[in-house]
Amino acid sequence: MRYKLDARRMLCPMPVIKTQNRIKELAVGDILEIVCTDSGALSDIPVWARIHGHEIVETEKKEGEVVIAVRVKS
Amino acid sequence: MAKQHKAIALISGGLDSMLAVRVIQEQGIEVEGINFYTGFCVEGHTHAIRNEDKQKKKRNNALWVAEQLGIKINIIDVVQEYKEVLLNPKHGYGMNMNPCLDCKIFMVGKAVEWIKKNHANGFDFIITGEVIGQRPMSQRKLAMPIVAAESGADDILLRPLCAKNLPATRPELEGWIDREKLYDFSGRVRTPQMALAEEYGFTDYATPAGGCCFLTDKNYSRKLVDLWQGRSSRAYELDDIMLLKVGRHLRPKGNYKLIIARDEGECQYLEGYLKQYISIQPVSHNGPLALIDGEIEPEDYKHAASIVARYGQGRNADNVEMTFTLPNTNAQSIMVQPLTTDQVLIEWHV
Repeated sequence: MRYKLDARRMLCPMPVIKTQNRIKELAVGDILEIVCTDSGALSDIPVWARIHGHEIVETEKKEGEVVIAVRVKS
Repeated sequence: MAKQHKAIALISGGLDSMLAVRVIQEQGIEVEGINFYTGFCVEGHTHAIRNEDKQKKKRNNALWVAEQLGIKINIIDVVQEYKEVLLNPKHGYGMNMNPCLDCKIFMVGKAVEWIKKNHANGFDFIITGEVIGQRPMSQRKLAMPIVAAESGADDILLRPLCAKNLPATRPELEGWIDREKLYDFSGRVRTPQMALAEEYGFTDYATPAGGCCFLTDKNYSRKLVDLWQGRSSRAYELDDIMLLKVGRHLRPKGNYKLIIARDEGECQYLEGYLKQYISIQPVSHNGPLALIDGEIEPEDYKHAASIVARYGQGRNADNVEMTFTLPNTNAQSIMVQPLTTDQVLIEWHV
């Protein structure tokens, strides 16, 4: 399943915290797509994902927003 | 088979907690990190607002440290719970609005809670990067046992960098770790930490001036107190404390304050608040977006707009067209003469 998380207007680490909390509710193989306006999320969410063994499947930067898709691995 | 002992470490993102974890890892202990987001963390606010900050390396140091150490990290949102710590600190404030001792007790207490909640994972003790005498309030020798006692951690709180200056804790007494391999750092001098960092091969680490919390900052604390005084209430929400970090803050009258963007980055950030705040913006000239915090009277609209106009490219013009927009309404146009530098009174600056 693919899910969305709106983390716009949040400054890091809130997008990371929201991602961390939402991923706890998802199943292995699910994908969470996080939309952020803090470009720091482009660094922080992948680091968080690597630490916890999840996979970044997509990152995209467009007009003041970044979109990061994480596949739940464990 | 001997039990694999596990520790939970308070990770700020600075060097001391990084070293404390490595010291314990060297003894074969499995460590996970925990980091608390109060809303006042310097780590949190610094990305993505001001243009000048956009050039800085974008990373959350707590996450970065965890990755360097090869440990998992749990970042916990404590914004709501932290209000009680800030508003009613049992041990008072430091030089500014920093309730450092209560803050440390709170965070260690949250780590105790976390251990209990995750008891199935078998965490045995808590470590911090505290060093006796490093900070004037929370890391005094007398404060160390207060943190241990009032947090409920008692003898499972271990400070690896200064443990030899303190009574032995349970991990030492039970032989889970070797006390002889812990350290006796003390005072504000950073040389021992830097030497240990070199020994471990840590060459890149954060050294935030003034600590990791905006509440230790004089200017930030002044804005926070002004916010409370302006509202006659010390209640606050996350947006309030975020906005204290953004823009020029001017209070021309007791009942309202202007938050004026200083650059494009801040303009973009403030645009996110247009549905919550009255805003002022120049139309005839380029210039900053400003938000109004408080209860402004209609007779003050013109004065407020003339102040904002002073910070735009029309500052020397006879008249500047400005818009005044209440949330979810159409903008009203208003012509004003920008104030001169002298007319913007020093006492308005928060």
